[in-house]
Amino acid sequence: MGFLDIDNATKAYGAVEVLHRVDISVQEGEFLVLVGPSGCGKSTLLNMIAGLEDITSGEIRIKDTLMNGVHPSKRNIAMVFQSYALYPNMTVGQNITFGLEMHGVPKPEREKALKEAANLLQIEPLLDRKPGALSGGQRQRVAMGRALVRNPDVFLFDEPLSNLDAKLRVDMRTEIKKLHQKLGTTIVYVTHDQIEAMTLSTRIAVMNGGYVQQLGTPQEIYDTPANIFVATFMGSPAMNVIPAKVAIKDGLPMALVALHDGSEVALPFSQQNMADWAGKEILLGIRPETITDEDAADRKSSNIAHLSNRIVVTEPAGSDTFVTMTLGGKDVIARMRSDADVRPGADFTFAVNMEKAIAFDPASQNRIAP
Amino acid sequence: MSVASQDTAIRTGRAVRTLIYLVLVLFALFYLLPLYVMVVNSVKPLVEITGGGMMNLPQVFTLEPWAKAWSSAQIGVQPTGLSPYFWNSIKMVVPAVAISTVLGALNGYVLTKWRFKYDTILFGLILFACFIPFQIVLIPMAKMLGLMGLAGTTWGLVLVHVVYGVGFTTLYFRNYYAVFPTELIRAAQIDGAGFFQIFWRILLPSSGPIAVVSIIWQFTNIWNDFLFGASFAGADSQPMTVALNNLVQASHGVKEYNVHFAGAILAALPTLLVYIVAGRYFVRGLMAGSVKG
Repeated sequence: MGFLDIDNATKAYGAVEVLHRVDISVQEGEFLVLVGPSGCGKSTLLNMIAGLEDITSGEIRIKDTLMNGVHPSKRNIAMVFQSYALYPNMTVGQNITFGLEMHGVPKPEREKALKEAANLLQIEPLLDRKPGALSGGQRQRVAMGRALVRNPDVFLFDEPLSNLDAKLRVDMRTEIKKLHQKLGTTIVYVTHDQIEAMTLSTRIAVMNGGYVQQLGTPQEIYDTPANIFVATFMGSPAMNVIPAKVAIKDGLPMALVALHDGSEVALPFSQQNMADWAGKEILLGIRPETITDEDAADRKSSNIAHLSNRIVVTEPAGSDTFVTMTLGGKDVIARMRSDADVRPGADFTFAVNMEKAIAFDPASQNRIAP
Repeated sequence: MSVASQDTAIRTGRAVRTLIYLVLVLFALFYLLPLYVMVVNSVKPLVEITGGGMMNLPQVFTLEPWAKAWSSAQIGVQPTGLSPYFWNSIKMVVPAVAISTVLGALNGYVLTKWRFKYDTILFGLILFACFIPFQIVLIPMAKMLGLMGLAGTTWGLVLVHVVYGVGFTTLYFRNYYAVFPTELIRAAQIDGAGFFQIFWRILLPSSGPIAVVSIIWQFTNIWNDFLFGASFAGADSQPMTVALNNLVQASHGVKEYNVHFAGAILAALPTLLVYIVAGRYFVRGLMAGSVKG
């Protein structure tokens, strides 16, 4: 039993099922991020938790109380919307205390709660202004103040940062994380930004096509993605997925990968169970940061493979240089140090940390190893 | 806004500009001519009009025709002037405008934010009210008013105008609320506001521009209505328009044109005032939602 239980929740519009048997149990104080591309059902799921959309089948419980059919205002939740949804005709102070007023909280208590929330978010000078006179970041704070003041069991965030410019987004991301650490509240947060998901969450649910593809800590999601969708959705640049063939050489399983000129290179697996796949096609997942030059290779790794290949494109990004080459007929990106001596058209010896490599079944797209 | 309009304004030379203004001034004069005739003739003695000087400025200025039109002219059989009928109109127009506007706002709110099955079909049916010719409903409406015991009363007229006006006001408010962010309604729901609290506290305070459109539209239409007033009003509930007709059409005695002119201006004055006071919001409200920003 968790603090917030989503049990077999399904959502259908007529005959079209948009959310399929979702099972998530959130513990008290957890920061759960629902992440996925547009139309994956993450916002629908959040609205179901909020009670803004009803549940076709299954159950949603908060603190062991069944919430199916319970009005949004009676679930003791608060929500921060993408557009902030501040009431344009009210001042900031009125916006923040509107919920308390509707719940019949007496005025002195409202004033006190307003003061505390305003102090916490540092918006005291803004309380008499109308939302129209605020900047994006200020509106964001007011929207969070409106949620905070209710002292809810669960905070729901619906893409709260996507309307901010890039720099402010990073600042507010840190603010939200600080707030969570300070207050220890339970948060469900929807985003399509995988970096937000990684940085904020204690656990991530990666969603696609109405299914939860994988539920786990950010590290689990990143290091052992359940399938190719999760592998390529999380991480930037995306994980390289390379067609390869498994072979046994000297008793060890190897991945045979075609280089730019058609010749093959053998990359030894760290995982012994790959022997079962000998002679079969697989998809090899390698993150860009695990392909480097020899000097930058991970010294703790017990399995560094080398391959010499032609560089197609280099993209210096200041801190790193991204290098594109062709492996297995696909463009593969390597993340090199910015001072690496790489030139387009030249041959270069890359070091691949095969400890971190992941093998996928090309038919089911699921992870085989590790 | 102003910057954008400067950028998009068509640049023209001085000569062209002068020509444009000249034409505009001519048109303005042409359209102001009836008002000129009415005002000028309402403040001169009758002999100056019958003497053939209709376009002339008054030689003797007098407010006598205004006083007569307002308080002592013969309307039908009574020498009451237009004043009792003016108040009849006010008593009919104010509630009719208020009720139809609030109902339209409620309809718009429900049709956009509390969607239900077949709501678009219902909206389509409500819109029909905008297209039904007045004449078609005269006889059934008379029957209905009789059944409800409202025949010949001011409240009967209010009902008729509300029923007719709701189609338009619903159209205005529905289109206005269609672009009103639904997330605000959801936020208010989570905050614990009920159906009417959301309406009064969130939606209506943000409806200024469209409310002005609705009020002007309804006020003008109901104030200017003649057919319903002539058909359904009793002797003591006749509106201004019907009384004006009775004043002008009187078939006995001398035709006092100066009094007629004064009466006509009196009848038109309220709608003129509404336009002058709220006119600039009218255009703004009509444009609301159609242009971003």
